[in-house]
Amino acid sequence: MSILVFAEHDNSELKADTLKTVAAAQAIGSDIHLLVAGHNCQAVVDAASKVNGVAKVLVADNAAYEHQLAENVSLLVTELAADYSHILATALTTGKNFMPRVAALLDVAQISDIIAVESSDTFVRPIYAGNAIATVQSLDSKKVITVRPTGFDAVATDGNAEIIALDKVTDAGTSSHVNDELSVSERPDLGAASVVISGGRGMQNGDNFKLLEGIADKLGAAIGASRAAVDAGFVPNDMQVGQTGKIVAPDLYIAVGISGAIQHLAGMKDSKVIVAINKDPEAPIFQVADYGLVADLFDALPELESKL
Amino acid sequence: MKVLVPIKRVIDYNVKVRVKADNSNVDLANVKMAINPFCEIAVEEAVRLKEAGTATEVIAVSIGDKSCQEQLRTALALGADRAIQIDTDQNLDSLNVAKLLQKIVEEEQPQLVILGKQSIDSDNNQTGQMLAALTGMAQGTFASAVKVDGDKVNVTREVDSGLQTIALNLPAIVTTDLRLNEPRYASLPNIMKAKRKPLDVKAAADFGLDLTARTKLIKVTPPAERKAGIIVESIDELVEKLKNEAKVIS
Repeated sequence: MSILVFAEHDNSELKADTLKTVAAAQAIGSDIHLLVAGHNCQAVVDAASKVNGVAKVLVADNAAYEHQLAENVSLLVTELAADYSHILATALTTGKNFMPRVAALLDVAQISDIIAVESSDTFVRPIYAGNAIATVQSLDSKKVITVRPTGFDAVATDGNAEIIALDKVTDAGTSSHVNDELSVSERPDLGAASVVISGGRGMQNGDNFKLLEGIADKLGAAIGASRAAVDAGFVPNDMQVGQTGKIVAPDLYIAVGISGAIQHLAGMKDSKVIVAINKDPEAPIFQVADYGLVADLFDALPELESKL
Repeated sequence: MKVLVPIKRVIDYNVKVRVKADNSNVDLANVKMAINPFCEIAVEEAVRLKEAGTATEVIAVSIGDKSCQEQLRTALALGADRAIQIDTDQNLDSLNVAKLLQKIVEEEQPQLVILGKQSIDSDNNQTGQMLAALTGMAQGTFASAVKVDGDKVNVTREVDSGLQTIALNLPAIVTTDLRLNEPRYASLPNIMKAKRKPLDVKAAADFGLDLTARTKLIKVTPPAERKAGIIVESIDELVEKLKNEAKVIS
């Protein structure tokens, strides 16, 4: 029983969440291979070879995989699938995009967003925005799975896996990359940060998010947002925390001016400690907060920054 | 060009679901149901393409028992031209849903299929991508902008690091994200008009597909409750608690 794990990367850096997906693979079995599909991605391959628990790193380095277009990557993974009982990817936008294609091409179901492994065919996953937790058994011979990183602890990186270059090139020719508009930030990734401070509709505009920055600087925090703040155009989409945005579980989550709709709670309620600052004492966010402060955020934020 | 919009009947997004006492599933008895919010965005996008003269016909399709006709009527009221209900009592895996939709794609030959990126009940985020694989079409998932340009469609996607724009050959599959558009409210005259628009019913069993379940739901449990927190009176108290009680800052 061999397990193929798709490495999440941007051609220059192996994403830390891949280490959590490998941990999920370890809970299933032991012969784990990591697939790096990209272009000019040697740094990723080097990092991948050091991931503990990985026996082999398979490298598909070709222009067809540079932007990890779902059509091309899914064909590659499907071709490799014959040798594996389980195929895992991280439940981030890349894995979410191509993995269901792999499942359909293999004629098997996909188990999305698992947070625990019960056995080699039974997995635990949240449904209904995390308001229910389902235990699901796959009846297919091959399991196609996406892994929610917050459910697993990262494996270490002092391994030494064998590197195998693949000469397969699968180019469907039906799609092409046009351009990226990437958010540039010096702060830690939302998914990887140990502290996250998020703003909601209560921030009133994008400029006021600066009030969060000083605090984020002092705490080494990432900055997130509720859907309301993103929809209102205060901040870009990649900052959204929630059911269909980013799922985070930091040691400390500070929700500022966020009322706490169930869709937002779905993205952060597994955080270790939750702080809510809101002027409405009835806001549902207080029901999940370990520490609530009923206050006007425009008074509270400068004071908090000065006292950290 | 024809646009096909598959939609799903789900629990209303404002309702907090409860787990049944026997842990067999969630309790949907007497719960308010609605069109899945992402599917509503898909309908709106298709209707806007028609209003812009790009699309000629918008067809909504839903899979389920008779009750999903309610959501198909909603889609018709929002501007879809006709609807198809694929009738079944089975609770289908995404793969089987995609196989049924593939049959409709073969019959209708749409140039564009627009779906919601995920349903807010099962939270799978699979059907659009699976339909794309089965039909051999290219896909633009998590779309925040869709521009049809000749025999291609440019799709701007919401990805973890920001936005990515890709070009797809038509016919193609698009799945919607939240920022694609803001769906309109159906006006009363349009709700009345929707009642007279054609709605075909086809039996799922008639498509000759093996729709055997690929997954088995073992149990459903409520999530772990967070223990009740406290209200602090001041920033000083908050900082003190975070330092000394929670020990998450130093």
